[in-house]
Amino acid sequence: MTFYGYKRPDGRVGVRNYVLILPASVCASDTTRIIAQQVMGSVTFNNQQGCSQVASDQQLTMDVMAGYAANPNVYGTVVVSLGCENCQMDLVVKAIQERTNKPLKQVIIQEAGGTLKAVDMAVRYAKEMVAEASLLQKEEFPLSELIVGTECGGSDPTSGLAANPVIGEMSDRIVAAGGTSILSETTEFIGAEHILARRAATPEVHDRIFEIVHRYEAALRLVGEEVREGNPSPGNKAGGITTLEEKSLGCIHKGGHSPVNAVYDYAKQVEAKQGLVIMDTPGNDPSSVAAMVAGGAQVVVFSSGRGTPTGNPIAPVIKITGNKLTFAKMEDNIDLDASPLIYGTKTLEELGGDLLNMVVETACGKQTKAESLGFTEMAIARVCNYV
Amino acid sequence: MRNAMIIDAKDNVAVAIEPIAKGDNAVYVCEGREVSLPALEDITIYHKLATRDIAKGEPVVKYGEHIGVASSDIKAGEHVHVHNVEGHREDLEAKE
Repeated sequence: MTFYGYKRPDGRVGVRNYVLILPASVCASDTTRIIAQQVMGSVTFNNQQGCSQVASDQQLTMDVMAGYAANPNVYGTVVVSLGCENCQMDLVVKAIQERTNKPLKQVIIQEAGGTLKAVDMAVRYAKEMVAEASLLQKEEFPLSELIVGTECGGSDPTSGLAANPVIGEMSDRIVAAGGTSILSETTEFIGAEHILARRAATPEVHDRIFEIVHRYEAALRLVGEEVREGNPSPGNKAGGITTLEEKSLGCIHKGGHSPVNAVYDYAKQVEAKQGLVIMDTPGNDPSSVAAMVAGGAQVVVFSSGRGTPTGNPIAPVIKITGNKLTFAKMEDNIDLDASPLIYGTKTLEELGGDLLNMVVETACGKQTKAESLGFTEMAIARVCNYV
Repeated sequence: MRNAMIIDAKDNVAVAIEPIAKGDNAVYVCEGREVSLPALEDITIYHKLATRDIAKGEPVVKYGEHIGVASSDIKAGEHVHVHNVEGHREDLEAKE
């Protein structure tokens, strides 16, 4: 199987061809919104961070910014900073250039002479970049060039029964084709970390799986919170979930049955052709999706029992549910109905194949429902983190 | 009519995909073969029932993995939940 994508000068392959207007901080975010509204083909997001952060917290923001600019769905980036924020322009530019050699322009609002002059400068840079990007022709690439992020949110009992196993089947096929699949949401493997660790390809990966879980628990203990307590919740139990292992097993099924080859910290650069890897992210959907996209995922597959709208500014997000009622009610938001697995009208292999086809079609340019609705919400993890 | 499912052939519990009344058959497909088993209790939708006898101390298997151990003897067809299963994470971690 192959897909048509855009070759980047750093060797990676994108499935979209955006110019990113990157706000270096919250103080540049309204300006980037105005800029992106002026330039068809450009995208931006609301960066709520970038200033007044402790070093470890700022690093998470820097990694997401650099990772977004380096994501192969992006042709080039116009970085817009206010000028006095902690995430200084030279730091942001250096972090981006450590990851990629793609086109990069800079606008500092305080140096440009205020909002209107900065907008004028950035719009002209962005229009020129979009014109260059539009000349790029798609080429055919093997699936081994794909990095697929996997996520679940708004889960219900059907997520573990159908949607996540179908994602796992798709993930195993991406891995078999030589590609990369990212399993995320550390808080949601708690209780099943020993099962994931058994699938580690090396003793180092085994230890890292325990390390990211224990680190997360320790970080929450600092603010007096205990993750394992109260899990599964009374609602989970009423729904039929008996133990924490069972709950977390439903989540980690998104990783299929492949060995785990690597564990990445939040938003760090993921190497291509790695097979199944883990990224340490919160269960909070927009910030977990943001980390995988910053890591280089070109496509994200997201299961939801209740039906969530999540999109992303630069990567298509494919939505799948195992709940037929949710699919009927939320069809405008959900791309694939996995409930035939529960009712026996389709097999896991068939539905995994359907989802893989959808991933390939999406990579080739078909809009996901979240894209067609224009959904681009995102969040960035904090040191005092989401769960 | 199919009213239950198992996820992995190794599982010793099935999940009700419709409410199953005591005395009715739970019907599920295992490796392409339809299996029928009388429910010994009412089974709420998405709750589990044992597909074979599980002795106290034996692992309860769903998704092909241990989700806990039986805290009492469980008969095939009985409801499997917090009253007869306990988490076993500490045991497994000790083996690491």
